[in-house]
Amino acid sequence: MTAAAAPTLRTARTARTAGGTRARRGSALLGLLAWLCGVAFFLPFAWMLLTSLHSEQDAAANPPHLGAALTLHGYREFFGSGTGVSPWPPLVNSLTASLAATLLVLVLATPAAYALSIKPVRKWTDVMFFFLSTKMLPAVAGLLPVYLIAKNAGLLDNIWLLVILYTSMNLPIAVWMMRSFLADVPVAIIEAASIDGAGLPTVLVRIVAPVVMPGIAATALISFIFSWNELLFARVLTGVVAGTAPVFLTGFVTSQGLFLAKVCAAAVCISLPVLAAGFAAQDKLVQGLSLGAVK
Amino acid sequence: MTTPSITRRIRAPQAGRRTASPTAPLPPRGAWARRAPLLPALLFMIVVTQLPFVGTLVISFMRWNALDPGDRGLAGFQNYKTAFTDPDLRSSMTTTVVLTVAVVMVSLVLGLGLALLMDRKFLGRGVVRTMLITPFLVVPVASALLWKHALYNTSYGLINGSLTWLWSLFGSHDAPQPDWLSVAPLLSVEASLVWQWTPFMMLILLAGLQSRPADITEAARVDGAGAWQIFRYLTFPHLRRYLELAALLGTVYVVQNFDAVFTLTSGGLGTANLPYTVYTTFYQAHDYGQASAQGVIVVALSIIVATFALRTVSSLFREETR
Repeated sequence: MTAAAAPTLRTARTARTAGGTRARRGSALLGLLAWLCGVAFFLPFAWMLLTSLHSEQDAAANPPHLGAALTLHGYREFFGSGTGVSPWPPLVNSLTASLAATLLVLVLATPAAYALSIKPVRKWTDVMFFFLSTKMLPAVAGLLPVYLIAKNAGLLDNIWLLVILYTSMNLPIAVWMMRSFLADVPVAIIEAASIDGAGLPTVLVRIVAPVVMPGIAATALISFIFSWNELLFARVLTGVVAGTAPVFLTGFVTSQGLFLAKVCAAAVCISLPVLAAGFAAQDKLVQGLSLGAVK
Repeated sequence: MTTPSITRRIRAPQAGRRTASPTAPLPPRGAWARRAPLLPALLFMIVVTQLPFVGTLVISFMRWNALDPGDRGLAGFQNYKTAFTDPDLRSSMTTTVVLTVAVVMVSLVLGLGLALLMDRKFLGRGVVRTMLITPFLVVPVASALLWKHALYNTSYGLINGSLTWLWSLFGSHDAPQPDWLSVAPLLSVEASLVWQWTPFMMLILLAGLQSRPADITEAARVDGAGAWQIFRYLTFPHLRRYLELAALLGTVYVVQNFDAVFTLTSGGLGTANLPYTVYTTFYQAHDYGQASAQGVIVVALSIIVATFALRTVSSLFREETR
């Protein structure tokens, strides 16, 4: 709250003290520059969106045909009428894997973060670094044994295998994030409440939960985004039944050839859940990415 | 599974001799109550990440190609020898380093510039921030496909299309139409990754900027400090930990990048990085022993990077807990 208000205050003061038209013109120019950068970074996505709404012929025009008629043809093709392959099973798989992994991450990370912050165990920093070090272990280094075990256990092409791997992928970051959010809970209040006779459940619900809820939301969002985006594990370990949306997308291009509008429509559709979640929770995203270092 | 039983065997005689309660040598109950919430996460991580790596280590000393199942056995250091003399693996090591350093540095600098711009108040700041975040939120495979087909494509990509349009403004019909992915393959991959990771850097640095205490800056300004001095002596030192955090997290993810290399160039023309090379050895050549040896080498290299990175984080961490 204070963090968001601070720059506003600062800029207002600057304007008052600096005053002059030159400063104001400089400020306007920097604002314009920010807009130009924003548009530049948004342009490729905007182009993908526009292309997805064009007919294949207009999409492949050189020079680009900006004012071409808009059509939902690419999207209709993507959702199966033209290709005979429905994108719904992969989308449902992705949703299942991402949501289940996120849930499991929260269930495992919350108590761990509690043990590492509010009542820290001995050598808790070592534990924290163990968690982070697993993130540095490249995914490819453990992929083959996982593949062989899954193959022998008949777990290949099974969405729950991905859930377990995605959980391990996001758990370290989640523990780090949640720890810093939990470290914010004033211990004095917890102790005061215990002395007044409040049990652990009451303390958790009344004191801890309100402080860490935004942190839990941020952790969940990041875990969801990284799970939804994952390609390598999904490509190696799933097949016909459990393929996720990113795997479907790569296969879609191979099987459909270069139908640009269709490919763009597919890319937009598959990015949509993450885009929607990210746009809706921008502040949470910032907090989460800085591992909770900023409130 | 084995650890508890060994512990019990060691402790059993002691407990018997003392005839006290068998839990006596264990730490007091409170310590276990404190540790219990940590155990599920810790055990989960050990089982899911450390055990498979032990498996990789074992397989790396084996002769094991799935296409030749009869010839399976102990290989000693043969796989490592092959890996180190393999020019492809060596070039993919260089590629990984070049790719990671270039992408992290460029996106960090761009991210810093954008964060400084976004820290000021201007009309439509929320809209601009949303536009800037978009590349980070597009699914990586989708963004790789976007760059490959909609932007880089020789005949109808946006870049060459724009060149055609620009040239036509001057009445020319022979605009240059380079095939970007073969003219500058690594640079093309880097550009798409910079586009994707700059917003990530910007978000972390913006968070850092907005956590900066405003009164100190104000005091410096009253004392007559210029914009550059404020940045150099106040903003930059404050931002340092955020720059390090951004670089560290960026490195962790870019080193492991698979999606962009896989989609844009399929590792061709010197763009294969280590994860992609291991993937092809395992998934296409089916040489499990060789792939495992490569995987172990990747881990050894990562440990060097990680030690460095963890030291950085630990200094941050000490600062925070102080």
